[in-house]
Amino acid sequence: MHLPATASQTVGPYFAIGLDALLRTDLAPADVPGRRVMIAGRVLDGDGAPVTDALLELWQANAEGKYAHPDDGQERAVDPRFQGFGRVSTDATGAFRFATIVPGRVPGPDGTLQAPHILVSVFMRGLLKQLVTRIYFPDDTANAGDPVLAFVPTERRGTLIARPEPAGGFTWNVILQGEDETVFFDF
Amino acid sequence: MHPVRPYWRALPGTQPEYLHPTYTSTAKRSPTRPLVRMPQTLSEVTGPIFGHDAVGAGPQDDLTKQHAGEPLGERIVVSGRVLDEDGQPVPHTLVEVWQCNAAGRYLHVNDRHDAPIDPNFSGCGRMLTDAEGRYRFVTIKPGAYPWRNHYNAWRPAHIHFSLFGRAFLTRLVTQMYFPGDPLLPADPIFNSTADPMARDRLVSTFDWETTEPEFALGYRFDIVLRGRDATPASA
Repeated sequence: MHLPATASQTVGPYFAIGLDALLRTDLAPADVPGRRVMIAGRVLDGDGAPVTDALLELWQANAEGKYAHPDDGQERAVDPRFQGFGRVSTDATGAFRFATIVPGRVPGPDGTLQAPHILVSVFMRGLLKQLVTRIYFPDDTANAGDPVLAFVPTERRGTLIARPEPAGGFTWNVILQGEDETVFFDF
Repeated sequence: MHPVRPYWRALPGTQPEYLHPTYTSTAKRSPTRPLVRMPQTLSEVTGPIFGHDAVGAGPQDDLTKQHAGEPLGERIVVSGRVLDEDGQPVPHTLVEVWQCNAAGRYLHVNDRHDAPIDPNFSGCGRMLTDAEGRYRFVTIKPGAYPWRNHYNAWRPAHIHFSLFGRAFLTRLVTQMYFPGDPLLPADPIFNSTADPMARDRLVSTFDWETTEPEFALGYRFDIVLRGRDATPASA
Protein backbone atom coordinates (compact mmCIF):
# COMPACT_ATOMS: atom_id res chain seq x y z
CA MET A 1 0.00 0.00 0.00
CA HIS A 2 1.45 3.32 -0.96
CA LEU A 3 -0.37 6.59 -0.42
CA PRO A 4 1.57 9.54 -1.85
CA ALA A 5 2.34 12.19 0.76
CA THR A 6 0.02 15.21 0.78
CA ALA A 7 1.34 18.14 -1.25
CA SER A 8 2.88 21.02 0.64
CA GLN A 9 1.39 24.51 0.35
CA THR A 10 2.73 27.85 1.48
CA VAL A 11 2.16 29.05 5.05
CA GLY A 12 1.09 32.33 3.47
CA PRO A 13 1.30 35.77 5.04
CA TYR A 14 -0.99 35.15 8.00
CA PHE A 15 0.54 32.09 9.69
CA ALA A 16 0.96 34.08 12.89
CA ILE A 17 -2.74 33.49 13.55
CA GLY A 18 -2.20 29.77 13.78
CA LEU A 19 1.42 29.32 14.77
CA ASP A 20 2.53 32.24 16.94
CA ALA A 21 0.82 30.90 20.05
CA LEU A 22 3.44 28.17 20.16
CA LEU A 23 6.55 30.23 19.43
CA ARG A 24 9.57 28.87 21.29
CA THR A 25 12.41 31.40 21.33
CA ASP A 26 14.24 30.00 24.34
CA LEU A 27 14.90 26.32 23.81
CA ALA A 28 16.68 25.59 27.06
CA PRO A 29 15.47 26.51 30.54
CA ALA A 30 18.21 27.94 32.76
CA ASP A 31 18.98 24.68 34.53
CA VAL A 32 19.55 22.65 31.36
CA PRO A 33 23.25 21.70 31.13
CA GLY A 34 25.24 23.02 28.20
CA ARG A 35 26.97 26.06 26.79
CA ARG A 36 24.29 28.73 26.42
CA VAL A 37 24.26 30.75 23.21
CA MET A 38 22.14 33.41 21.57
CA ILE A 39 21.78 33.10 17.80
CA ALA A 40 20.39 36.03 15.84
CA GLY A 41 20.11 36.87 12.18
CA ARG A 42 18.00 38.11 9.36
CA VAL A 43 16.14 36.58 6.45
CA LEU A 44 16.76 38.35 3.14
CA ASP A 45 15.10 37.83 -0.24
CA GLY A 46 16.52 37.97 -3.76
CA ASP A 47 16.57 41.79 -3.67
CA GLY A 48 18.37 41.78 -0.34
CA ALA A 49 15.13 43.03 1.20
CA PRO A 50 14.20 41.80 4.67
CA VAL A 51 11.62 39.04 4.81
CA THR A 52 9.31 40.26 7.53
CA ASP A 53 6.96 37.28 7.44
CA ALA A 54 9.23 34.25 7.81
CA LEU A 55 9.01 31.46 10.35
CA LEU A 56 12.01 29.37 11.37
CA GLU A 57 11.80 26.08 13.21
CA LEU A 58 14.80 24.56 14.95
CA TRP A 59 15.65 21.00 15.94
CA GLN A 60 18.72 19.93 17.85
CA ALA A 61 20.22 17.39 20.22
CA ASN A 62 21.03 18.14 23.84
CA ALA A 63 24.54 18.85 25.07
CA GLU A 64 25.24 15.12 25.23
CA GLY A 65 24.36 14.65 21.58
CA LYS A 66 21.05 12.90 22.30
CA TYR A 67 17.76 13.73 20.61
CA ALA A 68 14.59 13.75 22.70
CA HIS A 69 13.01 11.19 20.39
CA PRO A 70 12.36 7.44 20.57
CA ASP A 71 14.24 6.77 17.32
CA ASP A 72 17.49 7.97 18.89
CA GLY A 73 18.74 4.63 20.17
CA GLN A 74 21.95 5.94 21.70
CA GLU A 75 22.49 5.03 25.33
CA ARG A 76 22.69 8.60 26.47
CA ALA A 77 20.42 10.51 28.82
CA VAL A 78 17.45 12.52 27.61
CA ASP A 79 16.93 15.69 29.62
CA PRO A 80 13.16 16.01 30.20
CA ARG A 81 13.51 19.80 30.40
CA PHE A 82 14.99 20.02 26.92
CA GLN A 83 12.78 19.19 23.95
CA GLY A 84 15.24 20.48 21.38
CA PHE A 85 12.58 22.34 19.41
CA GLY A 86 12.37 26.04 18.66
CA ARG A 87 10.04 28.23 16.60
CA VAL A 88 10.78 31.88 15.88
CA SER A 89 9.36 34.43 13.46
CA THR A 90 11.00 37.44 11.85
CA ASP A 91 10.12 41.01 12.82
CA ALA A 92 9.56 44.14 10.74
CA THR A 93 13.28 44.24 9.92
CA GLY A 94 13.49 40.59 8.92
CA ALA A 95 15.34 39.77 12.15
CA PHE A 96 14.98 36.75 14.39
CA ARG A 97 16.77 35.53 17.52
CA PHE A 98 16.69 32.55 19.79
CA ALA A 99 18.52 31.24 22.85
CA THR A 100 19.66 27.67 23.22
CA ILE A 101 22.57 25.45 24.21
CA VAL A 102 25.23 24.14 21.84
CA PRO A 103 24.25 20.58 20.93
CA GLY A 104 26.62 17.68 21.32
CA ARG A 105 27.90 15.56 18.46
CA VAL A 106 25.49 13.02 17.02
CA PRO A 107 26.14 10.01 14.79
CA GLY A 108 26.41 10.46 11.04
CA PRO A 109 26.48 7.95 8.18
CA ASP A 110 28.95 5.06 8.13
CA GLY A 111 30.10 5.31 11.72
CA THR A 112 31.05 8.97 11.50
CA LEU A 113 30.27 11.65 14.05
CA GLN A 114 28.65 14.90 13.00
CA ALA A 115 29.89 18.26 14.22
CA PRO A 116 27.48 20.15 16.51
CA HIS A 117 24.65 21.54 14.43
CA ILE A 118 21.06 22.79 14.58
CA LEU A 119 18.55 21.88 11.88
CA VAL A 120 16.44 24.73 10.52
CA SER A 121 13.20 24.68 8.54
CA VAL A 122 12.26 27.95 6.86
CA PHE A 123 8.65 28.82 6.06
CA MET A 124 7.24 31.95 4.44
CA ARG A 125 4.81 33.36 1.93
CA GLY A 126 6.33 32.60 -1.47
CA LEU A 127 7.77 29.27 -0.32
CA LEU A 128 5.51 26.44 -1.42
CA LYS A 129 7.41 24.00 0.80
CA GLN A 130 9.87 24.57 3.58
CA LEU A 131 13.57 25.06 2.99
CA VAL A 132 15.88 22.99 5.18
CA THR A 133 19.32 24.12 6.24
CA ARG A 134 21.74 23.80 9.18
CA ILE A 135 23.59 26.02 11.60
CA TYR A 136 27.13 24.99 12.55
CA PHE A 137 29.37 26.72 15.06
CA PRO A 138 32.62 28.49 14.11
CA ASP A 139 35.99 27.33 15.36
CA ASP A 140 34.73 23.84 16.06
CA THR A 141 37.48 21.50 14.92
CA ALA A 142 34.84 18.84 14.23
CA ASN A 143 33.51 20.91 11.30
CA ALA A 144 36.46 19.84 9.16
CA GLY A 145 35.41 16.19 9.37
CA ASP A 146 31.65 16.68 9.35
CA PRO A 147 30.06 14.17 6.95
CA VAL A 148 27.28 16.55 5.89
CA LEU A 149 29.46 19.61 5.29
CA ALA A 150 31.49 17.30 3.08
CA PHE A 151 28.57 17.24 0.61
CA VAL A 152 28.59 21.05 0.37
CA PRO A 153 30.85 22.79 -2.14
CA THR A 154 33.74 24.30 -0.18
CA GLU A 155 33.01 27.87 -1.21
CA ARG A 156 29.43 27.62 0.07
CA ARG A 157 30.08 26.00 3.45
CA GLY A 158 30.45 29.36 5.13
CA THR A 159 26.72 30.01 4.70
CA LEU A 160 26.07 27.25 7.24
CA ILE A 161 28.51 28.46 9.89
CA ALA A 162 27.42 31.06 12.40
CA ARG A 163 29.64 34.09 12.95
CA PRO A 164 30.75 35.01 16.48
CA GLU A 165 29.80 38.49 17.64
CA PRO A 166 32.25 40.56 19.72
CA ALA A 167 29.52 41.20 22.28
CA GLY A 168 28.79 37.47 22.55
CA GLY A 169 26.41 35.22 20.71
CA PHE A 170 26.36 34.35 17.04
CA THR A 171 24.98 35.75 13.83
CA TRP A 172 23.57 33.44 11.18
CA ASN A 173 21.50 34.70 8.25
CA VAL A 174 19.17 33.11 5.75
CA ILE A 175 19.99 34.48 2.29
CA LEU A 176 17.40 33.18 -0.17
CA GLN A 177 19.16 34.08 -3.41
CA GLY A 178 22.35 35.50 -4.86
CA GLU A 179 26.09 35.41 -4.31
CA ASP A 180 25.85 34.36 -0.66
CA GLU A 181 22.78 32.20 -1.05
CA THR A 182 22.38 29.91 1.93
CA VAL A 183 22.87 26.21 1.28
CA PHE A 184 19.58 24.35 1.44
CA PHE A 185 19.36 20.57 1.56
CA ASP A 186 17.38 17.99 -0.30
CA PHE A 187 16.51 14.63 1.21
CA MET B 1 26.97 2.12 13.68
CA HIS B 2 23.69 3.91 14.03
CA PRO B 3 21.63 2.89 11.00
CA VAL B 4 18.68 5.10 10.20
CA ARG B 5 15.48 4.18 8.43
CA PRO B 6 15.30 6.83 5.73
CA TYR B 7 12.07 8.52 4.70
CA TRP B 8 10.97 8.21 1.10
CA ARG B 9 11.45 10.95 -1.43
CA ALA B 10 8.41 12.51 -3.07
CA LEU B 11 7.03 10.85 -6.18
CA PRO B 12 7.59 13.04 -9.25
CA GLY B 13 5.06 15.85 -9.55
CA THR B 14 3.42 15.25 -6.20
CA GLN B 15 5.07 18.20 -4.47
CA PRO B 16 5.46 21.78 -5.72
CA GLU B 17 8.75 23.14 -6.98
CA TYR B 18 10.12 26.19 -5.18
CA LEU B 19 9.91 28.45 -8.23
CA HIS B 20 6.36 28.64 -9.54
CA PRO B 21 6.27 31.78 -11.71
CA THR B 22 2.51 32.31 -11.68
CA TYR B 23 2.76 32.63 -7.89
CA THR B 24 4.75 35.83 -8.06
CA SER B 25 6.12 35.77 -4.49
CA THR B 26 8.19 32.71 -5.37
CA ALA B 27 10.36 34.76 -7.77
CA LYS B 28 12.46 36.43 -5.08
CA ARG B 29 12.07 33.81 -2.40
CA SER B 30 12.96 30.52 -4.07
CA PRO B 31 16.54 29.26 -4.09
CA THR B 32 18.41 29.76 -7.36
CA ARG B 33 21.20 27.28 -6.66
CA PRO B 34 20.66 23.54 -6.68
CA LEU B 35 19.73 22.08 -3.32
CA VAL B 36 22.51 19.97 -1.83
CA ARG B 37 21.44 16.38 -1.69
CA MET B 38 22.63 14.56 1.42
CA PRO B 39 21.90 11.27 3.17
CA GLN B 40 19.35 11.34 5.95
CA THR B 41 21.00 11.17 9.35
CA LEU B 42 19.77 10.72 12.90
CA SER B 43 19.15 14.49 12.93
CA GLU B 44 16.55 14.33 10.15
CA VAL B 45 14.80 11.09 11.09
CA THR B 46 14.15 12.30 14.61
CA GLY B 47 12.01 15.35 15.25
CA PRO B 48 10.12 17.34 17.81
CA ILE B 49 7.43 15.71 19.87
CA PHE B 50 5.73 18.99 20.39
CA GLY B 51 2.57 20.60 21.56
CA HIS B 52 1.14 17.93 23.83
CA ASP B 53 1.07 20.41 26.69
CA ALA B 54 -0.47 23.11 24.47
CA VAL B 55 -3.77 21.48 23.64
CA GLY B 56 -6.70 20.63 25.79
CA ALA B 57 -6.97 23.94 27.59
CA GLY B 58 -10.06 25.68 26.26
CA PRO B 59 -12.04 25.06 23.09
CA GLN B 60 -9.05 24.91 20.77
CA ASP B 61 -10.73 22.36 18.54
CA ASP B 62 -13.90 24.44 18.28
CA LEU B 63 -13.22 27.76 16.57
CA THR B 64 -16.84 28.81 17.08
CA LYS B 65 -16.56 28.73 20.88
CA GLN B 66 -13.58 30.98 21.51
CA HIS B 67 -15.52 34.20 22.13
CA ALA B 68 -18.62 35.45 23.91
CA GLY B 69 -20.81 34.99 20.85
CA GLU B 70 -20.93 32.68 17.85
CA PRO B 71 -19.13 33.72 14.70
CA LEU B 72 -21.18 34.47 11.60
CA GLY B 73 -21.03 32.04 8.74
CA GLU B 74 -21.78 28.47 7.84
CA ARG B 75 -20.77 26.19 10.72
CA ILE B 76 -18.84 23.12 9.55
CA VAL B 77 -17.12 20.08 11.02
CA VAL B 78 -13.77 19.09 9.52
CA SER B 79 -12.34 15.68 10.30
CA GLY B 80 -9.99 13.14 8.85
CA ARG B 81 -7.05 10.90 9.51
CA VAL B 82 -3.35 11.55 9.48
CA LEU B 83 -1.59 8.59 7.90
CA ASP B 84 1.87 7.76 6.64
CA GLU B 85 2.56 6.53 3.11
CA ASP B 86 2.05 2.94 4.28
CA GLY B 87 -1.44 3.87 5.38
CA GLN B 88 -0.52 3.57 9.04
CA PRO B 89 -2.05 6.13 11.40
CA VAL B 90 0.11 8.89 12.82
CA PRO B 91 -1.09 9.02 16.41
CA HIS B 92 -0.83 11.83 18.95
CA THR B 93 0.67 14.40 16.63
CA LEU B 94 -0.03 18.12 16.76
CA VAL B 95 -2.37 19.60 14.14
CA GLU B 96 -2.49 23.40 13.96
CA VAL B 97 -5.08 25.14 11.76
CA TRP B 98 -5.76 28.74 10.83
CA GLN B 99 -8.13 30.49 8.46
CA CYS B 100 -9.97 33.69 7.58
CA ASN B 101 -13.54 34.38 8.66
CA ALA B 102 -16.69 33.81 6.63
CA ALA B 103 -16.28 37.20 4.96
CA GLY B 104 -12.77 36.39 3.74
CA ARG B 105 -10.89 38.47 6.31
CA TYR B 106 -7.97 37.29 8.45
CA LEU B 107 -7.51 38.63 11.94
CA HIS B 108 -4.08 39.93 11.02
CA VAL B 109 -2.66 43.44 10.85
CA ASN B 110 -1.41 42.93 7.28
CA ASP B 111 -4.79 41.85 5.88
CA ARG B 112 -6.21 45.00 4.29
CA HIS B 113 -9.10 43.38 2.46
CA ASP B 114 -12.18 45.56 2.89
CA ALA B 115 -14.33 42.89 4.51
CA PRO B 116 -15.56 42.89 8.08
CA ILE B 117 -13.68 41.45 11.03
CA ASP B 118 -15.86 39.14 13.08
CA PRO B 119 -15.40 39.92 16.79
CA ASN B 120 -16.39 36.33 17.56
CA PHE B 121 -13.83 34.64 15.35
CA SER B 122 -10.05 34.43 15.68
CA GLY B 123 -9.49 31.65 13.15
CA CYS B 124 -6.97 29.59 15.12
CA GLY B 125 -7.28 25.99 16.30
CA ARG B 126 -5.08 23.14 17.42
CA MET B 127 -5.52 19.53 18.43
CA LEU B 128 -3.74 16.19 18.66
CA THR B 129 -4.59 13.19 16.54
CA ASP B 130 -5.95 10.24 18.53
CA ALA B 131 -4.48 6.74 18.66
CA GLU B 132 -5.92 6.00 15.18
CA GLY B 133 -4.59 9.24 13.70
CA ARG B 134 -8.00 10.91 13.69
CA TYR B 135 -8.59 14.61 14.22
CA ARG B 136 -11.77 16.70 14.25
CA PHE B 137 -12.59 20.35 14.72
CA VAL B 138 -15.56 22.68 14.39
CA THR B 139 -15.29 26.00 12.58
CA ILE B 140 -17.11 28.17 10.07
CA LYS B 141 -16.51 27.88 6.35
CA PRO B 142 -13.87 30.44 5.36
CA GLY B 143 -14.66 32.94 2.63
CA ALA B 144 -12.79 33.58 -0.60
CA TYR B 145 -10.71 36.75 -0.68
CA PRO B 146 -8.80 38.83 -3.21
CA TRP B 147 -5.01 39.03 -3.29
CA ARG B 148 -2.69 41.03 -5.47
CA ASN B 149 -0.87 38.22 -7.24
CA HIS B 150 -2.41 39.07 -10.62
CA TYR B 151 -5.40 40.94 -12.01
CA ASN B 152 -8.65 39.93 -10.31
CA ALA B 153 -6.89 37.28 -8.27
CA TRP B 154 -8.99 35.47 -5.64
CA ARG B 155 -7.92 32.73 -3.27
CA PRO B 156 -10.35 29.82 -3.15
CA ALA B 157 -11.72 29.12 0.32
CA HIS B 158 -9.12 27.21 2.30
CA ILE B 159 -7.96 26.22 5.77
CA HIS B 160 -4.24 26.15 6.58
CA PHE B 161 -2.90 22.98 8.25
CA SER B 162 0.42 22.44 10.01
CA LEU B 163 1.53 18.95 11.07
CA PHE B 164 4.63 17.43 12.64
CA GLY B 165 4.50 13.66 12.33
CA ARG B 166 7.28 11.48 13.66
CA ALA B 167 10.38 13.15 12.25
CA PHE B 168 11.90 16.44 11.18
CA LEU B 169 11.38 15.19 7.62
CA THR B 170 7.65 14.52 8.05
CA ARG B 171 6.90 18.16 8.85
CA LEU B 172 4.11 19.39 6.56
CA VAL B 173 2.32 22.68 6.07
CA THR B 174 -0.53 22.54 3.59
CA GLN B 175 -3.96 23.94 2.74
CA MET B 176 -7.33 22.21 2.59
CA TYR B 177 -9.79 23.31 -0.07
CA PHE B 178 -13.52 22.74 -0.57
CA PRO B 179 -15.17 20.61 -3.26
CA GLY B 180 -16.62 22.37 -6.27
CA ASP B 181 -14.92 25.70 -5.65
CA PRO B 182 -14.92 27.53 -9.02
CA LEU B 183 -11.78 29.45 -8.04
CA LEU B 184 -9.56 26.35 -7.85
CA PRO B 185 -8.60 26.14 -11.56
CA ALA B 186 -7.32 29.73 -11.47
CA ASP B 187 -5.40 29.60 -8.19
CA PRO B 188 -1.60 29.54 -8.64
CA ILE B 189 -0.99 28.14 -5.15
CA PHE B 190 -3.41 25.23 -5.53
CA ASN B 191 -2.01 24.57 -9.00
CA SER B 192 1.63 24.69 -7.90
CA THR B 193 1.66 20.89 -7.74
CA ALA B 194 2.02 19.39 -11.21
CA ASP B 195 0.20 16.11 -10.65
CA PRO B 196 -3.58 16.68 -10.92
CA MET B 197 -4.27 13.76 -8.60
CA ALA B 198 -1.97 15.26 -5.98
CA ARG B 199 -3.87 18.54 -6.31
CA ASP B 200 -7.20 16.78 -5.94
CA ARG B 201 -6.06 15.28 -2.67
CA LEU B 202 -5.91 18.82 -1.26
CA VAL B 203 -9.66 19.14 -1.81
CA SER B 204 -11.77 17.92 1.08
CA THR B 205 -14.87 15.86 0.40
CA PHE B 206 -18.34 16.57 1.65
CA ASP B 207 -19.07 13.73 4.03
CA TRP B 208 -22.44 12.58 5.37
CA GLU B 209 -20.79 10.67 8.19
CA THR B 210 -19.13 13.82 9.47
CA THR B 211 -22.24 15.92 8.91
CA GLU B 212 -24.22 16.33 12.12
CA PRO B 213 -28.02 16.67 11.98
CA GLU B 214 -29.41 20.06 12.97
CA PHE B 215 -25.82 21.27 13.51
CA ALA B 216 -23.28 21.42 10.70
CA LEU B 217 -22.14 20.06 7.35
CA GLY B 218 -19.12 17.80 7.54
CA TYR B 219 -15.99 17.72 5.39
CA ARG B 220 -13.39 14.98 5.36
CA PHE B 221 -9.72 15.70 4.78
CA ASP B 222 -7.15 12.92 5.16
CA ILE B 223 -3.50 13.89 5.30
CA VAL B 224 -0.56 11.67 4.37
CA LEU B 225 2.89 12.34 5.81
CA ARG B 226 6.14 10.93 4.43
CA GLY B 227 6.71 7.27 5.14
CA ARG B 228 9.87 5.18 5.21
CA ASP B 229 11.44 1.81 4.69
CA ALA B 230 10.78 -0.98 7.14
CA THR B 231 14.47 -1.80 7.50
CA PRO B 232 17.45 0.45 8.17
CA ALA B 233 19.77 1.59 5.43
CA SER B 234 23.21 0.04 5.69
CA ALA B 235 24.81 3.48 5.77
